[in-house]
Amino acid sequence: MATDTLDSAGPAKVPGPSGDKGAGRAPGALRLLRDNGALGALVILVVALSLLSGDFLTTQNLLNVGVQAAVTAILAFGVTFVIVSAGIDLSVGSVAALSATVLAWTATDAGLPVWLSVVLAVGTGIACGLVSGALVSYGRLPSFVATLAMLSVGRGLALVISQGSPIAFPESVSVLGDTVGGWLPVPVLVMAAMAVVTAVILNRTFSGRAMYAIGGNEEAARLSGIRVKRQKLVVYALSGGFAAVAGIVLASRLVSAQPQAAAGYELDAIAAVVIGGASLSGGVGKASGTLIGALILAVLRNGLNLLSVSAFWQQVVIGVVIALAVLQDTLRRRTA
Amino acid sequence: MKTPVTPDGRRAPAGGELLRMEGVRKVFPGTVALDRVDFDLRRGEVHVLLGENGAGKSTLIKMLSGAHRPDAGRILVDGEPVRIGSAQDAERLGIATIYQEFNLVPGLSVAENIFLGRQPRRFGLVDRRRMNADAAALLQRVGVDVDPRTPVAELGIARLQMVEIAKALSLDARVLIMDEPTAVLTTGEVDKLFRIVRRLREDGVGVVFITHHLEEIAALGDRVTVLRDGRSVAEVPAGTDQDELVRLMVGRSIEQQFPRERAGAGEPLLRVTGLTRRGHFDDVSFEVRAGEVVGLAGLVGAGRTEVARAVFGADPYDSGTVEVLGRRLPRHDVGAALDAGLGLVPEDRKGQGLVLDAPVHENLGLVTLRRATRAGLVDRAGQRRAAGLMAEQLRVRMAGPDQHVRTLSGGNQQKVVIGKWLLADARVLILDEPTRGIDVGAKVEIYQLVNRLTASGHAVLMISSDLPEVLGMSDRVLVMSQGRIAGELPHREATQDAVMALAVKETEGSRGH
Repeated sequence: MATDTLDSAGPAKVPGPSGDKGAGRAPGALRLLRDNGALGALVILVVALSLLSGDFLTTQNLLNVGVQAAVTAILAFGVTFVIVSAGIDLSVGSVAALSATVLAWTATDAGLPVWLSVVLAVGTGIACGLVSGALVSYGRLPSFVATLAMLSVGRGLALVISQGSPIAFPESVSVLGDTVGGWLPVPVLVMAAMAVVTAVILNRTFSGRAMYAIGGNEEAARLSGIRVKRQKLVVYALSGGFAAVAGIVLASRLVSAQPQAAAGYELDAIAAVVIGGASLSGGVGKASGTLIGALILAVLRNGLNLLSVSAFWQQVVIGVVIALAVLQDTLRRRTA
Repeated sequence: MKTPVTPDGRRAPAGGELLRMEGVRKVFPGTVALDRVDFDLRRGEVHVLLGENGAGKSTLIKMLSGAHRPDAGRILVDGEPVRIGSAQDAERLGIATIYQEFNLVPGLSVAENIFLGRQPRRFGLVDRRRMNADAAALLQRVGVDVDPRTPVAELGIARLQMVEIAKALSLDARVLIMDEPTAVLTTGEVDKLFRIVRRLREDGVGVVFITHHLEEIAALGDRVTVLRDGRSVAEVPAGTDQDELVRLMVGRSIEQQFPRERAGAGEPLLRVTGLTRRGHFDDVSFEVRAGEVVGLAGLVGAGRTEVARAVFGADPYDSGTVEVLGRRLPRHDVGAALDAGLGLVPEDRKGQGLVLDAPVHENLGLVTLRRATRAGLVDRAGQRRAAGLMAEQLRVRMAGPDQHVRTLSGGNQQKVVIGKWLLADARVLILDEPTRGIDVGAKVEIYQLVNRLTASGHAVLMISSDLPEVLGMSDRVLVMSQGRIAGELPHREATQDAVMALAVKETEGSRGH
């Protein structure tokens, strides 16, 4: 039986009253594969690409994959909160670009201290999320519509602030795009940290548990005393905040905030969440799944590049993989 | 597929047998829903199916509509054994079912709903003119005055039911199964429905009619089959005396079925004064004391659930007060209500009470989630332990606390809903239809649980449409009619007749329908 609904990210979840941690770590690898359909797909992909291309399984290339996955993964973690609570967030790409633009503009043009610019940038992401959340909770707009509007507004504001051209990113922030010790890329570290934060929020915090309850049955959650509207604000604010972090990481890599950056990334983020086993009808999803989903997309792009597959065909392959990954997960659940 | 509309039905010998079920048996995990049940239906008759909730009526009709297949026994249509494996099979055999929840698409017109999936076509396009004309003919046959182009969303419940009937006729149904069609209708609408059913009977249609209103049986029916605990216990003429029907249906005295034991009431825990929500309920006042079960009886639509939800804060109200343990609760605030010690077991267990695809322990811990949060983090191990103990106490039959509640039986699901409130230390429990759709054995367990709660000083407000249950369990019975409390009866004076008399009482200034 799949145990990953309200019960989530702890990949080594043990049925029985023995509890959450410790006891079930031993038969780990197998259980991990069984509970996480997407992980199997990732393993197969990595093995296949290692066989097909000698350049794939090198430390340098794998770190590259990590860097390529980082922005999508961080965006996708935020979207995971929304999807678990049975919503959708289409605005994360735009919000990422807007937040990065705010950072660059306040730090360079307005001359604010860099730490304050960072706070303002993250605050911008959270504010965008709060607006979407308020439209969903209090305005009763479908999340698709509310965040579609925010997608347009966010992108527009980024263009307005930057007057349409890239703004140089302050150097002290651009280290986020560098490496530690000359080899470990900072985006990978940020991605790992955000994964842990996401897992903790989903599994351990009141808001996280409330997300599963709301996504599973909103009315039952409400009648159990969960303040659904307030929790939805938290959900979209988190998504916005994560988008801001992703935007900053992306701009650091590019060493400039570009108002057109991260366009279309929201679809990659949603794909990563869904490949990771979350259900668009809510109540199901985990941080580890989303991370794997983002890695699958990055590995695929990287591998196809190494194999010199044309960019046009890459799109086709990625679409097929999304469908297959979710299909096998659905089948696995049905037989479980 | 083209299904011809026959305005007058096929002419077969009057009174000929349409349908027969012989020794039918159906087992669900944990329950025998039906066992050795015999049932038959003739042309041009109304055969009433009578029984308590959980007696097996819905299982029986689901076998005829193709939703369930019998584990033993056989079904014959026109004397030929048949296998009804799907809704399509039932349709082909001329069996149509009208459930309590209608199967209509709100955004489409009446005509489109009637011919859904079978719209008449011309050059590959839907022939609207013919569809509307055919629908109008059917609606006229049913005797309902509605434009076939009206969107279904604009119709009231009574007319929706008529549209369902017209749809059944368009399928050339010879057997029409109606599951408690009168439960949602006003008196005038019931009369109209009866006229339609009688007309269908004259046309030779066989009607299986389920109702809880005994007086309707003599008015409409020809024969009655009584189901009890999954067995067909009697087949009697519709003219049978009502007391006799109740005896057949319950099969034992009410005292035996409801192990009621009360120590006597203590201090008032819940006091509701002058509660009013315009258009829903008006000037509702009552109190519930520690150690007491107060029943809230009345017809469906009398406003009982609406009052319960307003008291609990799930819905707003316009005026009046709600006090728990002497403290006044803010309006429309579930959080405050549960902090004060109020709990609601909602009417729709699956839709409102449970997160179906979550494990048992998560559902049990839903209300206590906030209290188990320290510095933003939930004590999940503690939550899990507490849930495990509660599940054991309530004897929830499950494979383990990780089993998803969707796969539990109705009775065990209900125990989980009640359990989440007990974990939250709710002292006042509002149980809205707590035994709906639960088998007889599990019902008694719920009653015993209610007894244990009152013995330990809890107060219980119990809403139920199952009259014997309300009468058997309550210390006092409040009867609602048209949004008002029509009267209150102490346990000794609460009889079916006394409650029904109050339930159908027309109150002054009653709300329009």
